Amino acid sequence: MAQAIVVSDLTKSYGDVQAVRGVSFDVAEGEVFGLLGPNGAGKTTTVEILEGYRRRDGGVATVFGLDPGDTPRELRERVGVVLQQSELSPLLTVRETHRMFAGYYAGPRDVDEVIELVGLTEKRDARVKSLSGGQKRRLDLGVALVGNPELVFLDEPTTGFDPAARRAAWELIRSLRALGTTILLTTHYLDEAQQLADRVAVLRDGLIVRQGSPADLIGDTRTTEIRYVRNGEVVTVSTTEPTRVLNELTTEALAVGHELERLEVRRPTLEDVYLELVGEESQ
Amino acid sequence: MTSLAHQLRFEQKIFWRSREAAVFIFVFPLLLYVLLGSVYGDDIDGVPAVDILLAGLFGYGAANTAFGGLAITLVIRREAGVLKRLRATPLPPGVYLTAVLLSTLVTFALQSVALLVLGGLVFDASMPANRLGFAGAVVLGVVSFAGLGLAAASLIRSAEGVSAAVNVIILPMAFLSGAFGPTQDFPAVLQAIADVLPLTYFIDIVDGVYLDGDSFFADPTALAIVLAWGTAGALVALRRFGWMPRER
Repeated sequence: MAQAIVVSDLTKSYGDVQAVRGVSFDVAEGEVFGLLGPNGAGKTTTVEILEGYRRRDGGVATVFGLDPGDTPRELRERVGVVLQQSELSPLLTVRETHRMFAGYYAGPRDVDEVIELVGLTEKRDARVKSLSGGQKRRLDLGVALVGNPELVFLDEPTTGFDPAARRAAWELIRSLRALGTTILLTTHYLDEAQQLADRVAVLRDGLIVRQGSPADLIGDTRTTEIRYVRNGEVVTVSTTEPTRVLNELTTEALAVGHELERLEVRRPTLEDVYLELVGEESQ
Repeated sequence: MTSLAHQLRFEQKIFWRSREAAVFIFVFPLLLYVLLGSVYGDDIDGVPAVDILLAGLFGYGAANTAFGGLAITLVIRREAGVLKRLRATPLPPGVYLTAVLLSTLVTFALQSVALLVLGGLVFDASMPANRLGFAGAVVLGVVSFAGLGLAAASLIRSAEGVSAAVNVIILPMAFLSGAFGPTQDFPAVLQAIADVLPLTYFIDIVDGVYLDGDSFFADPTALAIVLAWGTAGALVALRRFGWMPRER
């Protein structure tokens, strides 16, 4: 499949600070790719280079084979963005805002359809300034989609959403994916990446420390956690041989007629893997 | 062309919905005209005071709308990330800025008409002796002060401070340039300052076309000075204007 995004050995510094230190990844057309990492890891810098906002210092960054640093108009026709922080005119209504942005594109979507898609139909005649934080974020999403983009950059799109709104946004992103839209997503939320992304890259200090499908990343760590309570205290055993350890524990417990209270056998989640990857330095 | 008209429509919609902007930009010069027109005597040097003040407040209105209003709008939009978001769309930046300038022109043209109607109804003020020249002054005022407004928007960093910053420039400039009444009795040092300000020469041109029926081009020196200020502002903006918030 053709590559929508190619990033190779990308570097970017702000003064003495090396924000991105040689990042490489590809995103295939139709793929949902997640960039994970703590604040300051270089996620937004990477995305803003791809959006054409910042110039790279070195390496390669192309979107649909074009250099976003030249900010070609063709690229902006094909790409939608949700920025981490941006505002829209507070005095226009939801519908007017969508109409204004639709006017910038050669082949926009139907405005009311997009408003429906992001769940703002009831608020379509409300002024932007009267929207809640989560509703404003949905407006950002709607405005990003109104140009009917082939590729969407979502920089922390669900920050500030309540759980129900987050699930609705996930559904929306899944339906975009089903329509063949390529999505580059940055997020703090591990469950979000696990739910949505075909592949993820974990960034730390401007470098990718791990890349692959969420299942691969979890599969990478072979440890299993066994937990139980003995004499009121939680005992945790991490092992790469859960069968043997469990057998020993249960045999021993049976021999003395003890119950392994609150016994749990747990596979690591993406969150465990992530914390392991980004937390190495602080530990 | 269609995208220019599209953006102009939304710019006007946003302007008139913003009560603060509509009052400060549109109503304030009219209000000052009524106040000053009520306190000045009948004549200033044999010319009706209400006519001199109308020309002066027209000049103040041009600076207030195209310099002040434009700078405030652009700085607030830049710092809020509105401009940054627009840069990600296919709308060319030149088309966007042209639409914002045209919107400023529409606003100031309406204000000029309102000033004339108000002057005629309330004070029996004169109508422009050279109408075409007066219309030319509307365009000249917007173009030149917009150049300076773009420069101010490039140099002022904070959205909170922009309104105060532009008024610290506009109000003394208007006072010294004679927008609020004649300045011939001012101390020499203040008159010397006034002699370099663009508004002084702009009001000279307005006096010419409005009161005397002079040609718009009657005073080439004044015209050149006003345009030079505007061009200098535009050059500063060309070098310094940015679309990204200055947060970093």
